[in-house]
Amino acid sequence: MTDMEVGLGADPAREGYYNLRLYVAGQTPKSLAAIGNLKQICEEHLAGRYTIEVVDLLVSPQLAAGDQILAVPTLVRRLPPPIKRVIGNLSDTERVLVGLDIRPIGDRPL
Amino acid sequence: MTSKLFDKGHPIGPLPKSPTGIGGLDEVLLGGLPTGRPSLFCGSAGCGKTLFAMMFLANGVTKYGENGVFMSFEEGESDLIANVASLGCDVEAMIAGGHMAIDQVRVEPAEIEESGEYDLEALFVRLGYAIDKVGAKRVVLDTIETLFSGFTDQSVLRAELRRLFSWLKTRGVTAIITGERGEGQLTRYGIEEYVSDCVVLLDNRVYDQVTTRRLRVVKYRGSAHGTNEYPFLIDDRGISVLPITSLGLEHKAVSEPVPTGVAGLDAMLGPGGFYRGSSILISGLAGTGKSTFSASFVEAACKRGQRCLYFAFEESPEQIVRNMRSAGIELGEHVKSGLLRFEAARPSLFGLEMHLARMNRDIEDFDPAAVVVDPISAFRGVDFEIHATLLRLADICKTRGATALFTSLSLAADHASEADRGVSSLMDTWISLTDVEASGERNRVLYVLKSRGMYHSNQVREYRLTDHGIELIEPYIGVEGVLTGSSRLAQEAREREEAQARRGTTESKRRDLERKRLTLERQINELRAELDAEEHEVALLVAEDEARETTFSADRAAMAVKRGVAK
Repeated sequence: MTDMEVGLGADPAREGYYNLRLYVAGQTPKSLAAIGNLKQICEEHLAGRYTIEVVDLLVSPQLAAGDQILAVPTLVRRLPPPIKRVIGNLSDTERVLVGLDIRPIGDRPL
Repeated sequence: MTSKLFDKGHPIGPLPKSPTGIGGLDEVLLGGLPTGRPSLFCGSAGCGKTLFAMMFLANGVTKYGENGVFMSFEEGESDLIANVASLGCDVEAMIAGGHMAIDQVRVEPAEIEESGEYDLEALFVRLGYAIDKVGAKRVVLDTIETLFSGFTDQSVLRAELRRLFSWLKTRGVTAIITGERGEGQLTRYGIEEYVSDCVVLLDNRVYDQVTTRRLRVVKYRGSAHGTNEYPFLIDDRGISVLPITSLGLEHKAVSEPVPTGVAGLDAMLGPGGFYRGSSILISGLAGTGKSTFSASFVEAACKRGQRCLYFAFEESPEQIVRNMRSAGIELGEHVKSGLLRFEAARPSLFGLEMHLARMNRDIEDFDPAAVVVDPISAFRGVDFEIHATLLRLADICKTRGATALFTSLSLAADHASEADRGVSSLMDTWISLTDVEASGERNRVLYVLKSRGMYHSNQVREYRLTDHGIELIEPYIGVEGVLTGSSRLAQEAREREEAQARRGTTESKRRDLERKRLTLERQINELRAELDAEEHEVALLVAEDEARETTFSADRAAMAVKRGVAK
């Protein structure tokens, strides 16, 4: 069972569209912090071109092995390829941006 | 191997144990690993940690009805399955049957960025999910220390590992954690600190370019355990550990004889053969037929329908079968019928302990009535180690009641080499084969150097290797001692001649006597004839005289008448 939180004005076909999945285990302070931090980062840097899917492994444990999740919280960038992973409560925004390979749209080389 | 030492007065104590099902290991652990607790198997690369762990799970499924989860941090599922398939263990079927689950955890540090706090709850989730899926009682984590390369925050990792091991305990699963051997500590990251109930150290040691795998139980909380280093063996039939020091001197003595396979030799031994379950040494120089004696013994045993195990260290089984065929000993058919099994290996293939472990396993598997080790002199190593190995081997055979025949190559005609090896005291019967060089040829002779508990001939006997087996030749014992080969033949010929000559002399003497007798008889006859003739003559004379007297008287009467004197 997964919760879907689709960002405003999301269009999956658009270039620079981010499909993110956040794995947590229960409603722990770390999980809640990670969800909060992720939403904030996305709104700030990826406004309108992201999807966040939160997977609670206590609810769907079978997904942990398939997606090779060890640590929680783990953020997985499923799109664009390649797959990228960031672990932790995402409190260090800079590292999240590096981990997800996100740059402001203006800097994007065309 | 059931060991007397460990069986005695050792009930399964308050600590419940889960047998590993690995031959010998359960004896060393006095029953198995602690149930419901994690145990650590550590060792350097190539020690067989993963195999031990996998066999623990597989045996759990096949022998003890306990399902298992294998969490691999290194090898993939297909590799794991393939690796143990070579040990005759079908993990794929176990997975398909829902008895086992393999979860490969890939740790790829390059892909992961860390940002803020995290824990390894997902690992617990995965493990818990797998355990629940198959209802596992046994769990393997192989090699969990790989996590240390995947995460930078070691303090988190250590806290999580500590939590993991206590979580495993609360789940009540019996777990094996494997760890890579580290410098100055048992594992590279010191996880033995967290897994402290039972620690087994595996070791792969090279000595004299020969590798021996050994195992030692470093600690076992709440239980006694075998404390020595035990050699173990990994091959196509799985893992076997040899608790060698557990053997004692408690074997039964049987006075039933086992034929030697050589008729003449049987006659030299009081009961008509070796004692069953005894150890026999056949030592001899090169080419004295040690293997042929062994083969004769084996063939005789097979013909009686007994199983024989032949450890060959110098020749291949086919070579032995072919060579023995030339001596009229047909071993091929017994191999085919399954009564005879050859186990051939170069002595340098493994260390002594490994050889011993392998032989022990083979003897246990095959349960032979007779065991041949051909030759023990092929073992190279430190004397006391060889001695210890042979002692254990002899003990293993004795405790099983198998007659063990060892051959040994002597380097010189004296017995120094055997004495050095110190095996003579281990042997119940010692037959020495040697050769005698005389008059330009070499002849083989044997004698029974010793044979405990039976009358045995002290005669040195010559024997021949013929195309119908070994033949002992009736000994020539004369004034000139025991002679062999052509000198024996020559001596026999000489004696025949002498007898002939003696017979000739007697004959001529007899003829002489006869002649003499005839001569004398003739002389006697002549004399008698002479006497007769004289007697005859005398008789004639007497008759003549009488006639004359008569005539004279008549004449005188007539004269008187004439003269008128008479009327």
